[in-house]
Amino acid sequence: MDSETLLSRITDYANRPNPYPLYAELREAGPVVRQADGSYLVGTYHHIGALLHDPRMSADERVRTTPPPPEKIRDPSFLRLDDPEHHRLRTLAMRPFGPPHTPGRVNAMRGEIARITTELLEALPTDRQIDIVDDFAYPLPVTVICRLLGVPREDEPRFRVWADALVAAADVRPDEDTIAQDEAGRRAGNEMSQYLLDLAEQRRGEPTDDMLSAFVNEPDRSLRLTPEELTATATLLLIAGHETTVNLITNGVLTLLRHPEQLDLLRREPHLLPQAVEELLRYEPPVHMRERTPLADIEVAGTTIPAGTSVVLALASGNRDPKQFHEPDRFDPTRRDVEHLSFGSGIHLCFGGPLARIEADTALGALLPRLGAARLVQDPPPYRQNAMLRGPRHLPVQL
Amino acid sequence: MPSDLRDARIVIVGASLAGLRAAETLREEGFAGSLTVVGDEPRPPYDRPPLSKQVLIGDVPAEATALPMRRDPDAEWRLGVAATGLDLLEKRVMLADGESLSYDRLLIATGTRARPWPNPEEGALQGVFTLRTIDDATGLAEALAAGPRRVLVIGAGFTGSEIASACRERGLDVTVAERGPAPLVGALGGTLSRLATLMHRGHGVDLRCGVTVTALHGDGNGRFTGADLSDGTRVEADVCVVALGAVRNVEWLAESGLAAGRRGVACDAGCQAFNMYGIVINDVFVAGDVSRFPHPLFGYQMLSLEHWGNAVAQAEVAAHNMLNPGPLQRPHLTIPTFWSTQFGLNIKSVGVPTYSDHVVIAQGSLEASRLAMVYGYRGRVTAAVTVDMGKALDYYRHLIETAAEFPPPPGAADRAIAADIPIPSDVPDPKGLSHEPVVALTGYLPDRRLMVVQPAG
Repeated sequence: MDSETLLSRITDYANRPNPYPLYAELREAGPVVRQADGSYLVGTYHHIGALLHDPRMSADERVRTTPPPPEKIRDPSFLRLDDPEHHRLRTLAMRPFGPPHTPGRVNAMRGEIARITTELLEALPTDRQIDIVDDFAYPLPVTVICRLLGVPREDEPRFRVWADALVAAADVRPDEDTIAQDEAGRRAGNEMSQYLLDLAEQRRGEPTDDMLSAFVNEPDRSLRLTPEELTATATLLLIAGHETTVNLITNGVLTLLRHPEQLDLLRREPHLLPQAVEELLRYEPPVHMRERTPLADIEVAGTTIPAGTSVVLALASGNRDPKQFHEPDRFDPTRRDVEHLSFGSGIHLCFGGPLARIEADTALGALLPRLGAARLVQDPPPYRQNAMLRGPRHLPVQL
Repeated sequence: MPSDLRDARIVIVGASLAGLRAAETLREEGFAGSLTVVGDEPRPPYDRPPLSKQVLIGDVPAEATALPMRRDPDAEWRLGVAATGLDLLEKRVMLADGESLSYDRLLIATGTRARPWPNPEEGALQGVFTLRTIDDATGLAEALAAGPRRVLVIGAGFTGSEIASACRERGLDVTVAERGPAPLVGALGGTLSRLATLMHRGHGVDLRCGVTVTALHGDGNGRFTGADLSDGTRVEADVCVVALGAVRNVEWLAESGLAAGRRGVACDAGCQAFNMYGIVINDVFVAGDVSRFPHPLFGYQMLSLEHWGNAVAQAEVAAHNMLNPGPLQRPHLTIPTFWSTQFGLNIKSVGVPTYSDHVVIAQGSLEASRLAMVYGYRGRVTAAVTVDMGKALDYYRHLIETAAEFPPPPGAADRAIAADIPIPSDVPDPKGLSHEPVVALTGYLPDRRLMVVQPAG
């Protein structure tokens, strides 16, 4: 088959359980591979890294030669903005979350994350096989991000519906008609925005210890988010704060059950877990692709990519590049120098990374003792539709 | 590793960052012989960058800056004793306590010390400090914590500027006296030094440029009270910090025959020391602040750097080369980088900003105090400095490594409108650059850290 169809084949649901041979084909085809739809696909570690750091690469979909129709574009979050707007919004979002203004926030959640994990494990059904996704990997990060933002836990079913619609609308599907998804995504986005805005409004003057409260009660006028910025930011945090971590934990369990010898090693030497999580992020990353657009014609490895063209960076492919990682297709929790691309790199480097690491660490650490006798009921498990945010929809396990 | 090296005797002179990292690397690479580390300070290796930052604002006690060890280097530590001489023929290092150490391989990593105030009597006044060691930092932090009426900082390079910043953070009045036209001008050139001037003044520093300090005064009881400046003014202060840069610790090598001088000990790209005739001495290596080495990206000029990252990288290369025969040796090609935090700004540099003739603001703006300044020399990118934009540095590092055209290509999302025209970099001419390199840089693949030969024509 032709390398011009790689993106279509990668996003084809049939290849969701194992896209890695396609990534190998992509790296083989060259650092930059033009696709039939005119976009470019990049799958080698160093070129992805360079493009993520390149100030001429825009994260803003509106700069594309064929931008999305105006009705599809909502107030973009800083994930989809460039500096200096990106910097301003990201900095404001960081203020109540991390250093320098709130350096201890994430670490202080360790205890609570451990408590939530224990509760979930104790509530696991004993009379049937469990679904790692629905029974464990999904509720954990959702509860954590709700707590952090200040969203009541009982409203979770409401925004789960919104989040699903938004994530579906954000997927890359080169050959498909996405009008229905786009419309559903827009509607969900509006409803979610209104919901978050109402919630934040209730906190004005009556702060509780959460990020929404911090946003609306910021005393310095110049540091306040507008209502549009607030909803875009909170929506991003809510979605990015759990969609990815669900996959990280689920992929973790799946990978460990597929590698019993490594599972045994971790059960014997749990201090290796943080390193194993890093390797997991490399080996089965929750985020497989990011899209960028050059603001000027740029040359990458001898190919000129015209300004305004969509460039898809296959992070998961870069993570398996043999030019960067020795025996990249081997899952090795003792691997050193695991500088993966799974949190991105450059100015958009995921700022939730430290939180995701703690959650994965805690979740897998608590599960380890039970995984010794566990068995995968279905391998490969059924996957979610999304190719960019890839992960199992269910992971039935017999404990 | 050849078997004769595995059980050899290695001596490292210098027990700071470079010495420690070299010792660790030797063991990581399988060295099983005897290893001795000599240091003139009586304490184990510690980290210096925090001494002019977190320690001075009182966040961290100076004693808490010990360097973490990556592994136990299993070395004999000879601390609190200085090396006083080197006999290349006998392969011996003489020590201040009268003993001597024989070696098969020697690493010189003696670093630098603070340049003292030229008048020893004035420099000995109580309240006059330099800043290089833990003891210096402890004394200065105590003096600042005591709440002096005013602090005088002599010299507005990176250390002087960081000290002034720490004083303001503590709410202390501070005067900075600088011989040059602006703070940091020697390191960063004219444009950024103007931003530095604004930062000093904006944070309430009494900044005096184009002046020198002509005399320090005491109260008759040996306590510092103030200083005279060359413009005829006088500064009344309780504390004075002499921040006039560093002196390389090479005196002990004076009789050795090595190419050791004011600017350091010369070595080749593989960290092997030159003797005074420019001949490589096979069993003597140099790393860290005390070294001078040729760098292909900067015209093979001999670079001497006082950078944390250089000490680490060069120590690792030196240690590797100490254990391996010529064909397996590696060059030290690391691009120089350094960082500083002052007045709430994070300044990071990659490349050699002084090796430049023009600059352009490639991203951000001076007005926003957030920018990436790119430096070029004869049409190629040689350095970049970011202010509160550290994540941009990797991109510019790549431009430097690939000798990319200057000015860099346009199109950056946050490029300032007015910045398309390069302006003179306004740094002192790179001295001693009398010819272009006869060996051009070819085939250096930065992502693989390898050299390959590309036949000409």
